[in-house]
Amino acid sequence: MKVGAWRAFVLIVYRELCLSFRRPEHLFQPLVFFLIVTTLFPLGLSLQLSQLRDIAPGVLWVAALLSSLLSLDSLFKSDADDGTLEQLALSGQGLTLIVVAKTCAHWLLTGLALVVVSPIVAIALGIPTAAFATMMMSLALGTLTLSWLGAIGAGLTIGLRRGNVLLSLIVLPLATPLLIFGAAATERAISGTSAVGALYFLAALCVFTCTLAPFAATAALRITLE
Amino acid sequence: MNIAPDGLEFEKVHVWRGDRHVLQGVSANVRPRELLHISGPNGTGKTTLLRVLSGLLRPEQGSVRWLGQSIMTFRTEYQASLAYASHEPALKGDLTALENLHFAVGLKRRITAEELHAALDRTGVGACADLPARVLSAGQRRRVALARVLAMSATVWLLDEPYTNLDASGADLVSGLLQAHVQGGGLALVVAHHELRLPCSIRRLELNS
Repeated sequence: MKVGAWRAFVLIVYRELCLSFRRPEHLFQPLVFFLIVTTLFPLGLSLQLSQLRDIAPGVLWVAALLSSLLSLDSLFKSDADDGTLEQLALSGQGLTLIVVAKTCAHWLLTGLALVVVSPIVAIALGIPTAAFATMMMSLALGTLTLSWLGAIGAGLTIGLRRGNVLLSLIVLPLATPLLIFGAAATERAISGTSAVGALYFLAALCVFTCTLAPFAATAALRITLE
Repeated sequence: MNIAPDGLEFEKVHVWRGDRHVLQGVSANVRPRELLHISGPNGTGKTTLLRVLSGLLRPEQGSVRWLGQSIMTFRTEYQASLAYASHEPALKGDLTALENLHFAVGLKRRITAEELHAALDRTGVGACADLPARVLSAGQRRRVALARVLAMSATVWLLDEPYTNLDASGADLVSGLLQAHVQGGGLALVVAHHELRLPCSIRRLELNS
């Protein structure tokens, strides 16, 4: 009996989660990086609370982007190295579904995890609790967009030996709008003004990448599989 | 030329890798209940040919047809009826043998744990079902990969050197599985360096540089 697309999606996401939890060090590495970088700033700069709040959005977002980037390299590479990517590509489910499922699982494990720990970081950076909801919302949208941009880059750089350097060069310029609008949303939430404009922009970027990036990433993967 | 609408047919397949002309107009056809034995010295494009026939690699020239239709026009459906075993076992070291099978075969068809256990038993690695694939020996991994091919219950088998790393009983096992598959109405394309002696219809394709 043929396997439906939804069932296949769930199976691949479950596979990715299983694989990640068998290797907790890979799972926690980006999170620990995020926590360390953001907590080092207030220790190193010895700022007044008001000054700390001024730099907090920038620090938070730069750390979030860099820590998401850390884990992007392994999105397709480990499967490509041991040949299981070929098996997935030949599963009769269509490569786009595989890409969508793997990228969603990647976001759950890195982006969503980042969103969940961000309040800890926010406390360290002196961000008022009233701004948490906006900050977490902006991070959720931003990391999801970044996972999609990263899927294209990761698809293109599988076959390369120093692929992760090139991956950063491809993804980081594309991620600058995220940094600008994400930091702007957080900054406005801290100062108590409306962050709706910046959040809408992030949401628009997110929808844009969610709809188009799967096809770009599939095409990239198809080329490198050949 | 006589077209076989019920089988896999490829005609004048050309593939270049950079400046290298790897496949230079390879043609053959295989019908159900037949086995195509692909042989040739190292580096003559046997694996490349299998990748072309699986639809992973698009040939620069030539066509591959399954049931009379070009596979590129219905690649996903074609791949659903395919079981491909590359020369590496393609197992996740962190997952158990059973989980590896579950995730790979579960995308092709609905399958129960009993069926997967039965496939592992058939290839002689039933006792390793709950061991992580990284602790298995090369031969055991090959057997798990064979169990995966078996559990997919696909019509077309593409096997890249299935005899590697196997002991004498393993080699007999591969031959037995191939024979049962071909006699059951399937077709198989096998890359192997030694002579295949099976009581079924075998076509041969020799690749030269």
